[in-house]
Amino acid sequence: MKIDASLRRTRRPPALLVVLGSIGLAMFVVPFVGLLARVPWSDLPALLASDVVTDALRLSMVTSLTATAIAVVVGIPLAWMMARLDFPGRPLVRGLVTLPLVLPPVVGGAALLFALGRRGLVGEGLEQATGLLLPFSTWGVVVANTFVAMPFLVITVEAAIRNLDQRYEGAAASLGANRWTVLRRVTLPMIGPSLVAGLVLTWARAFGEFGATITFAGNLQGRTQTLPLAVFVALESDRDTAVALSLVMVVVSLAVLVGLRERWWKAL
Amino acid sequence: MEGALGPGLEADFGLRRGDSFRLDLSLSIPAGTTVALLGPNGAGKSTAVAAIAGLLPIESGRIGLAGTILDHPVSDVLIPAEARRIGVVFQDYLLFPHMTVIENVAFGLRSRGVRRQEAIERAGGWLERLDLSGLERSKPSQLSGGQAQRVALARALVIDPDLLLLDEPLAALDVTTRVELRRVLARHLADFPGPRLVITHDPTEAFLLADEVHIIENGVVTQSGSPDEIRLRPRTPYAADLAGSNLLFGRASHGRVDVESHLLHLAEHEIEGEVLLTIRPSSISLHRTPPEGSPRNTWETTIAVMERLGERTRIRTGAPLPLTVEVTSEATIALALGVGETVWLAIKATEIGVESEGGYTRSV
Amino acid sequence: MRNFRLTITTCVLGMVIACSGSSVEGELLVSAAASLTNAFAEMESAFEDANPDVDVLLNLGSSSALREQILEGAPADVFASANTSNMDQVAEAGELAGDAEIFVTNSLQIAVPSGNPAGVTGLEDFTREELLIGLCAEDVPCGDFGRQALENAGVIPSIDTNEPDVRALLTKIGAGELDAGITYVTDVLSASGTVEGLHIPAEVNVVAEYPIATLTGAPNADAAAAWVEFVLSEEGQAILTSYGFTSP
Repeated sequence: MKIDASLRRTRRPPALLVVLGSIGLAMFVVPFVGLLARVPWSDLPALLASDVVTDALRLSMVTSLTATAIAVVVGIPLAWMMARLDFPGRPLVRGLVTLPLVLPPVVGGAALLFALGRRGLVGEGLEQATGLLLPFSTWGVVVANTFVAMPFLVITVEAAIRNLDQRYEGAAASLGANRWTVLRRVTLPMIGPSLVAGLVLTWARAFGEFGATITFAGNLQGRTQTLPLAVFVALESDRDTAVALSLVMVVVSLAVLVGLRERWWKAL
Repeated sequence: MEGALGPGLEADFGLRRGDSFRLDLSLSIPAGTTVALLGPNGAGKSTAVAAIAGLLPIESGRIGLAGTILDHPVSDVLIPAEARRIGVVFQDYLLFPHMTVIENVAFGLRSRGVRRQEAIERAGGWLERLDLSGLERSKPSQLSGGQAQRVALARALVIDPDLLLLDEPLAALDVTTRVELRRVLARHLADFPGPRLVITHDPTEAFLLADEVHIIENGVVTQSGSPDEIRLRPRTPYAADLAGSNLLFGRASHGRVDVESHLLHLAEHEIEGEVLLTIRPSSISLHRTPPEGSPRNTWETTIAVMERLGERTRIRTGAPLPLTVEVTSEATIALALGVGETVWLAIKATEIGVESEGGYTRSV
Repeated sequence: MRNFRLTITTCVLGMVIACSGSSVEGELLVSAAASLTNAFAEMESAFEDANPDVDVLLNLGSSSALREQILEGAPADVFASANTSNMDQVAEAGELAGDAEIFVTNSLQIAVPSGNPAGVTGLEDFTREELLIGLCAEDVPCGDFGRQALENAGVIPSIDTNEPDVRALLTKIGAGELDAGITYVTDVLSASGTVEGLHIPAEVNVVAEYPIATLTGAPNADAAAAWVEFVLSEEGQAILTSYGFTSP
């Protein structure tokens, strides 16, 4: 709906609002400007081609996308259960699912180590039975990423399912749709925007994960050194590489977030 | 109600909703018949819809349709909603907002395994029959109330159901649209070969669309019968309230209506041709002597039937134009009214409701 | 005449006592390598007991991180590094108030979990792929030195993780999540409950020299000088050696 042009001319936004808002904006813009100012533009191509950067980028993309995929496969059913089933201890479950959002990631990583590490509660048996060892492996990175990022998906999807008018599912059933068809053609499409927003948040969180990764999976180039870890290590030794890595992270993240359509932002 | 099941709907069941509400319903709808379940909000109508549609299991009794048992707790038979061949038009229509109109209508067919091309064709056919051509690609949010209702109807009919179940099909519409859509609905109901069940709180809707009306109050059917029976002999105050209105058919011209050779004056001068008149019994005044003053519709008649319902008394008058009149029981004593007595009726022209008729089966 | 001499002597003595007494006060920010954590903590108590008006603030971290902070202008008074190269870089940038002095040395040990479950005997075991081996990250002093020791021994190790600081490495070894790593002697000692140390032969071992210096632009130059003096004193050295360091 277009605002009448004459109306727009006479009604400017309140000055105080604009000033405060601009300060808020500056808090976001200034650090990035600082980063851009430090970029060694002439060396950049060589830096970006170096294997520290390419290994870290590849690892970050692979692990964050895998973590997101795992979150979809187990997170959506969990969200559905939390929204639709009335089981005892539901508040506790909701609390546990939300916990990784609140805890410092390093604590999460430590918990993973105690549970899934070589001497861990589950990890010890797991290694003896299957030979699978998660710490210091790429799968360990995936596990750490999934742990911190999946809550975003579960919470978003649960809220969306909860807000869904269940009568539509009843209508679909009355028309002959079995439960799988109802889920596939009615429930999921109707929570579509929320689902997409949740997916993007989940991916973004996994992409930027540091504390749990370094605590649980360790730090080894090519195997566990994701972009955030590489930046951290490079900051102490090789400033230029650190800046190049940071730039890569910012560009990738921005590309995804800006590419996210407006209507999906609304669903958050 | 044990025994072989016919091709219609045979439902005789009970179920509880929450702690206190209990529904007990017994309906037998043969093919080609429309039954209305008429009652106020909270009477149990939606519960009845849910039970028959298969969205709620019953606790006792059974539901059978077209020779198949749908729900019978005693023998542990419960056919889920998706396996029942019932076309439901829900209150608020519940058109899937993320699908286009054609996808909505084709949904039932596709869910039952019909190939996409065929489903789209059949859906398109029904859209045409309901005068919705051109709207195939529209989204439900772009439709008017009347269009949405017809899409919902098409969606229910396209699956060739054994029962057509309409839950307050006209409630979401504004008054003008409602009148128009009532006609459309009546026509399609008549065309549908199977049994039809209409749930409503609007007595006019029930009386005009249905062959048989069941009045439901607080989970129990308090009266069943043809619309005439209910109108003439309501058994509860609620039924009396509902059934109150006199419904008459006539021919209007220049502000006057010819009803069974009797002429009535209308306040409405625009409508011409076949019309439907509604007159509330409480807006007809009864006098012992010819009334003076403004009402232009007055005539002398006799009391044919008098029935006392507590504080109120319903009177059915005789020739020239039988009407149901309602007066306080006190008044009947004051005026010494009784069967056979001569009285004068007076009706203000403004108290006569008029609608263009057309498409209804005459029930008077 | 006699009274005059007495007065002068009293005054001089008085001034000497006044000058040598605790004239330091205020906050003292000491940036020190992580491996000095426990030793410097004890020294902090001792120093504050002797100089009650001083509040010592220990800023502990990896020497390279601390170096970066100083180069970026962090307001530290004293810098104690775990290797000379970090100190040299700070010196080159002109941040040192005087010359740096080596105050202790540290050497490397192989750190294994208590009980040595993987049966590690020496640096050669670091080639075994089935073991989980951790080192400090490159450019962290114990990381550089560890790699140097391995090179000296002619060992090409199969590394599973490069931990960003020595504490993180020790924690994982102590928890049994890693089979072996290379840390300082002092670190093994500090985690003596969960970590054991294995000797690295002197011919391949690397001795880390720890320099200390006061910084230009130190907000509290007097206290800074007093701290360095304390560190180099007999009392300070005694504390340091009790934690496994060696006097230079």
